[in-house]
Amino acid sequence: MNLIETKAVSIGYAQKTIVDQLSIQIPKGKITTLIGPNGSGKSTIIRALAHLLTPTTGAILLDQQNIQTIKAKALAKKLAVLPQTNATASDLTVDELVSFGRLPYRRPLAGLTATDHQKIEWALTQAKLQDLRHRALSTLSGGQRQRAWIAMAIAQDTETIILDEPTTYLDLTHQLDVMVLIKQLNQQAHRTIIMALHDLNHAARFSDQLIAIKAGQVQIQGDVNTVMTAANLRHIFQIDAELVDYHGTPLILTYNHCAPTVGDSV
Amino acid sequence: MKSMTRVTSLLCLSGVLLILVTLASLRWGADQVSFNTVWQALRSTHPQSLDQQIIRTIRLPRVLGAALIGAGLAGSGALMQSVTKNPLADSGLLGINAGAGLMLTLCLAFFPKLSTLQTTIGAVVGAAISAGLIFAISSLKQVQLNPTTLVLAGIAISGLFTALSEGLALVSQLKQDLAFWYFGGLGAVSWSQLRVLGPILLIGLVLTLLLAPQLNLGYLTDDAVQSLGKSLPLLRLGALGCVVILSGISVALVGTITFVGLMVPHIARWLIGTNYRHIMPLTLLLGATLTVSADLIARLINPPQETPFGIVISLIGVPFFIYLARKEPGNL
Repeated sequence: MNLIETKAVSIGYAQKTIVDQLSIQIPKGKITTLIGPNGSGKSTIIRALAHLLTPTTGAILLDQQNIQTIKAKALAKKLAVLPQTNATASDLTVDELVSFGRLPYRRPLAGLTATDHQKIEWALTQAKLQDLRHRALSTLSGGQRQRAWIAMAIAQDTETIILDEPTTYLDLTHQLDVMVLIKQLNQQAHRTIIMALHDLNHAARFSDQLIAIKAGQVQIQGDVNTVMTAANLRHIFQIDAELVDYHGTPLILTYNHCAPTVGDSV
Repeated sequence: MKSMTRVTSLLCLSGVLLILVTLASLRWGADQVSFNTVWQALRSTHPQSLDQQIIRTIRLPRVLGAALIGAGLAGSGALMQSVTKNPLADSGLLGINAGAGLMLTLCLAFFPKLSTLQTTIGAVVGAAISAGLIFAISSLKQVQLNPTTLVLAGIAISGLFTALSEGLALVSQLKQDLAFWYFGGLGAVSWSQLRVLGPILLIGLVLTLLLAPQLNLGYLTDDAVQSLGKSLPLLRLGALGCVVILSGISVALVGTITFVGLMVPHIARWLIGTNYRHIMPLTLLLGATLTVSADLIARLINPPQETPFGIVISLIGVPFFIYLARKEPGNL
């Protein structure tokens, strides 16, 4: 069953079309990852799915309902978003940041309810942040900070979490922390995950479905083994990749530039 | 994370401090009276002595005005800093002071017969016009009302209005009158002004307190706020409305005192933490306390002459500000 579906969605600014006639399906309860080169429109699609951008044509359906017609607060109870940059918060403590996730549920002027506290506690536990809860964000490492932002999205208690390149700027260990946390949310808490990733090996290892984007259009979508083939990577990224099968998942050992083949737009 | 006991005790402490400086302000001045007289003057509706009359008709409106104005300026500083995500923001940055100044000049130049109250209301209208223009300019383009366009529009408006009012003042030889208005300080605040503007200021302060929890959203990016289901344009409109009420009236009454709005929210933040639910009430209390004590000192330095209290505020404020900045490096 599809949770989110786009129907002939085009997105652009003024005269420039960035995403053209996009039709993708995001299955419920799965991890779906958008891959594609810089400037391919991944982030634009992510922002449109998160209702941060309005498509010029077409419709985005969430549970069969046009996302435009859902009230902002109601949507925030179904869909949590982790944007690419979250730079501004610094003096906030982890606790304070995670409580923001409860905003869609709060009445004006009311404090946190018992349910709110419970959800915040749960989010902190999931992200392994209990010991850091009173620390200011500015005193945390990049990886810890990213986990705090994810905890805020978890506290929002939504069926779906959308993440735009959640591992950017993190070292290997912290990238793994974040990816494992995302997987765990999907497996144990049954969250539907939609994200954009640059690391193809992470995308292959942690996703159920891949959608390859190039020049604002879907090149191929399907399960990991269908999408991650040498031929597809050559077409999408202009690379010759050495792929091996590692416990049933394709893994890129190394890669090189390749000359663009005839018919490819560069 | 500051504990709730700390928050409560800080708020109580600054409340008590405000009451103390208010009483001191009523007692001391060019004319010395006893606390007993102050008490009698506050209780009886028909003042019996000259001292009681001085307290009721001159000192009381002045001290109340100082407290309201101080709270208003500090509150609008905190609003501006959160909404523009700019730690150096205050109402001057959005051209609101310049708008009030221009209308004030226009009133004095073309309608010299207007009463002080009418002129003051004119200045508030000027502040509102500025705010309206800034809103119109920054929503002209299809970009939403983001902090950068807001500040840029404010600087443009501010520049234009300041130039216009200075030109007008020069042509109509009003420099003296304007200087008198601005340096008159709090001594010129009367019951007739307070009766009309005081309640409006109070409403503005209450609205600001109600808005305070929402100001915490200023710590997030616009995308993050939107995905939490909150409307940013609405929040910014509300905040700007409060700023117009609070700083428009304050500027109209006593002229531009930028330091209160800039400094007090920072002091409050250092003392009480990052949550605007706590910052805002403390900001209002400290703003009122600072302004009332600065006015008291201004009257005591060289009686019966009054020292312009903007200078006193800077003299108290700057060293304290520097002390705090040095004590906690990395917070400024």
